Parts: sequence; C-alpha cells; structure tokens
Amino acid sequence: MKNWFLKQRYLIDYTLAALLRRKGKNLSLLAVYTLVVFLLVSVMLFSHSIKQEASHLLQAAPELVVQRMVAGRHDLVPAAYVEKLGQIRGVQRIEGRLWGYFFDPVVSANYTFMVQSDEQLPAGYIVVGDAIARTRGASRGDVLSFRGYNGQLFSFTIDHTLSHDSGLVSADLVLLNEQDFRGFFGIADGQFTDIALTVRNAREVRKVAEKVALALPDTRPIMRDEILRTYESIFNWREGMILVLLVGGVLAFVIFAWEKASGLSAEERREIGILKAVGWETSDIIRMKFWEGFLISLTAFLCGYLLAYGHIFFFSSALFAQVLKGWAVLYPSFALVPYVDGLQIATLLFLTVFPYAAATVVPIWRAAISDPDTVMR
Amino acid sequence: MIELRAIRKVFNQGRHNEFCALHDVDLSIGENQVTVLRGPSGSGKTTLLSIIGCLSRPTSGRVSLQQRDISGFSERFLTDIRRHTFGFVFQQFNLIKGISVLENVMTPAYPLGLDYAELRQRALALLEQMQLGHRASAPVEWLSGGEAQRAAIARALINDPQVIIADEPTANLDTHLSKRFLEIAERLRERGKTLLLTSHDPLVCESAVVDRVVEMRDGRLV
Repeated sequence: MKNWFLKQRYLIDYTLAALLRRKGKNLSLLAVYTLVVFLLVSVMLFSHSIKQEASHLLQAAPELVVQRMVAGRHDLVPAAYVEKLGQIRGVQRIEGRLWGYFFDPVVSANYTFMVQSDEQLPAGYIVVGDAIARTRGASRGDVLSFRGYNGQLFSFTIDHTLSHDSGLVSADLVLLNEQDFRGFFGIADGQFTDIALTVRNAREVRKVAEKVALALPDTRPIMRDEILRTYESIFNWREGMILVLLVGGVLAFVIFAWEKASGLSAEERREIGILKAVGWETSDIIRMKFWEGFLISLTAFLCGYLLAYGHIFFFSSALFAQVLKGWAVLYPSFALVPYVDGLQIATLLFLTVFPYAAATVVPIWRAAISDPDTVMR
Repeated sequence: MIELRAIRKVFNQGRHNEFCALHDVDLSIGENQVTVLRGPSGSGKTTLLSIIGCLSRPTSGRVSLQQRDISGFSERFLTDIRRHTFGFVFQQFNLIKGISVLENVMTPAYPLGLDYAELRQRALALLEQMQLGHRASAPVEWLSGGEAQRAAIARALINDPQVIIADEPTANLDTHLSKRFLEIAERLRERGKTLLLTSHDPLVCESAVVDRVVEMRDGRLV
C-alpha cells in the first residue's frame, strides 16, 4: 500500500514537473478554465441563494392573500370582506392590509408604503428601508416630505431605519401609521389593499382558497406557494438568460480545452515512447496524464468556485447584480447568506472536472498502447 | 543468458509495403559479456536489439531469458522484465527535456514506488560515478553530447539491470568521448553487467573490451 501511495506521489510529482515545462500554455488554459467555472458558479450560486433567501422570507408570509378584482384589475377590499372570510373554517388569523406604491421624484425611485400591523407607529413617524435612507441621505430623526394623492405635502419624521440584513425585501419600504397612510393616499376608512389569511393546517390552504373564491367570486386568492413558484421561475429565467449569454464563451472554451486535451504534440508522443522504453507501463502513463488533466481541472474548479463564492457572498455579486436582482430602481444593497450545497458542488465538479480529465486520457491511451520501440528509430 | 531462435520480424504485414527486417535469426548472448551487433544501416541491428530488450515482439520465433521463454508474455510482463533486466542507452540519448538531470535519472524507478530519499541517493551516486554530480540539478538541455550520454547511462543503471543495451553509443561522440564510453563499458563489465551494443564504429568493434562481434546484413547474421 505504501508503495502504491509513493508511486502515485511520483506520478503527481512528474506531472507537476511536466506542467511546469509548458508553463505559459498551461497557465493560460488554467486562467480561461477558472474564468469559465467562475462565471458558471457565480450565476448558479447567486440564483440558488436568492431563491433560498426568498423562500426563507416567505416562510413568515401569510399562506393566503386575497385581492379584490374589478374589471380584471386589483381594487380595494371593503372591510365587510374581512369579516366574511374570517368565518371560513380553518382560517386562524385574518388581517386587512394597507400598502401601495409611491414615486419619489427627488430620487426618481418607487417606494413601497405599508402600514405596520404588529407595532403601531405614532402619527407623523415613519420607518424607512436601508436603500431609501441611503439615497435620500437621511437617518433617524430627519424629516422626509412626500407629496400626497391630492398634491398636499406630508412631512414624516424617521423613527428608525430597517436593518441592512432585511434589505432584500425592505430596501424600498416605508412603514407608517394607518391614519397617516389613509390620509396620504386618500383611502377611506373600511377599505384595505388586500387581505392576508393565516391557515391553521398547511394542507388545507388549497381548500380554504377554494372556499374564498366561492364565498367572494370577485376576489382572487393567491397562495404562498404560488408566490414562491413565481419567484423561482423569475430567477430561473434570469439565470437561464445569463447562461445562454455565457454559452458562446463556454463553447469556445470547450473547443479550446478539447483541442489541448485531446491533441498530442510530437514532443509528447516522443516522451511517452521514452517513458515506456525505460519501464513505465501503459497504465502508469495513462495515470500520469489523468493526474495532469485532473490537477488542471480541479485547480480551475477550486479557484473558480472560491472566486465565485467571494464574488457572490462578499462582493455583492458585482458582475451580475443588475441582471439577476431585478429591475427595481432602488437596488437593494444586501449580502446573501453564504451557503454551500453539496449536490450543486458535486454537479459542477462532475460537469467541469471529469470531461476534461477524460479528454486527456483518451488520446494518451491511444499513444500509450503503441510499441515503445519507436524511440529506437 | 539470452537465446534467440528463428526470430523473424515483419513490418506492415499483409500490406503493400510489407517489409521483413529480420530473417530466422538464431543468437545466444552470454552473461557478463560485451557483445556488439555490427552491420550497415538497414541490416536489422536496432530491430534485433529492440526484440532482445522487450521493446517489441518478434513476428515469429522464440526469445528466452535465463531459460525462460518470454516470447508470448503480455505487455505488462514484458514491461516488468524490461524495467528490472534491461537498461537502455539510446542513440539520441532520449533524455526528457525540461526536467533536471537527476529527475531524468530517477524516472525509470518512479513506477516502483521506492523511498524517495533512497532513490535520490542512488541516482546521485550514479551521477557521481559518471562524473556528473555537479550537473545533477541542471536541465538536460544544458548538457554537452558526452554529458548527455553519461546521464543516459546513469538512467539505464538506476534500476540496477543485468543487461545494458546501447544503440550506436558512439555515433554522436568524438574519439575522446567514444574512448570514455568504452572505459565506462569496461567498468560495467567488471561489475558483472552484460552489455549489448550496436555499432559500426571500428573504435568500438575493435576495442579490447568487446568480447564478441556479431555481423549482420539484410536482416541476417553473417
């Protein structure tokens, strides 16, 4: 066994020496290989992480949201609807929500105004998201003024700002008191934007949704799972779009790598002949070349993965953020929670390391099974 | 030690360019002897040498090594015999470029998985014997013709083989270096090694160190 390990060590040593002999060629191959892995891993890590993030955030969301539809469009919900839906069996908690959008011409950005239900803010006070505080250059105690639905100016004092960690959902959020919200948007008492339902048993959500649609035919129940699926399809679509854009580059690399891996120069053929003549077995030569392909592809994979990991989780995905995060005007500045998926690594490893290692072995096998007496001639 | 019976070697058999390089060659090579295969280019010296050294197989005939018929051995067994029994010094030396002299000398022993320190020590000792100790870490491209040949001899000796095979060892050397090679050959014989050379250099064929000269022409012994 010790001999086997020593033999592998000698083969790897020899392989490293062989790689260093063609330093320029191998370093350029490694750089391009690393870049390809970096791009692929960045896209996959980002979209996977943001989907995870969305799914975590939606855990706290109500199982069912009910919107009223008028002429196919979302309309305000009367308070009577809230009472009626509260009588459906299986509904644990029901709440009329108030929220809306506001365009701030000062920074040309859309904000989401929302009434905070669990904690009542004093009149004239707001809580703002991280991105709003950043773009408006405001902090706790500052006063922000917005023009209401009737052109009247409303001034609010910032009670506090929302934490950076919740940036994904709260970057453009303004939380305010119910009366302030109604006054600002001109929404009469007894009307809500939509209704949030909490269902006791998760398996009953679909049934409750059916009952809602029956009880109030002019409403549209939206399940949390549907929102999650929509998020996933949006990010899958964006991920796919970037991957399609990368296909050209990846294909060019595959051709380049295949040519490098599968072609043997006269010098390499000669070397194989010498090694066989001095006592190396065909399997030793194949192993040595396998190590060569494996070391290059594994190094490229590790470098590419680590760079992508840093890019996504420590440098806020600078390269892809604009495309993958969305098209909101206020881009949330948030750091994704570092996350590693074993299956994803295994898939990437399989797709990037093994094809190259295999491509190096096939031509070597063909050259290595030839008689070693060619070096005598 | 080595017995050849009715050895035939045909290249491109069955094709329009079929060529018979060896015709029914019978030859016995004794232990601890220096034997030279002499003949003009194309006489089959190198082909015969490669068959004896297990680098290729004969088309027909039998090769015995120490009374053991090895003609039908698989490639794996032939490689094992080649590794332990034969050391090769090629006409062009065939050192591997880009790595050091020491690494070149150690290369044939890598598949054996020996202890590194021991192997390195053995390689350095051989280089010292060949008066190349000071060039151990130099890339082989830096060596002169004589140095390259001595490095190739050190490489041939690293697995302590019984037989040293050298193809046209003096073809690329001047007279002084050729004499130096013959001195090394003498020392190797004194150490009990068997040497098998091909050459048409009179300096080699007429040297006192050579025990036997086998003449070859057109693939036959004459």
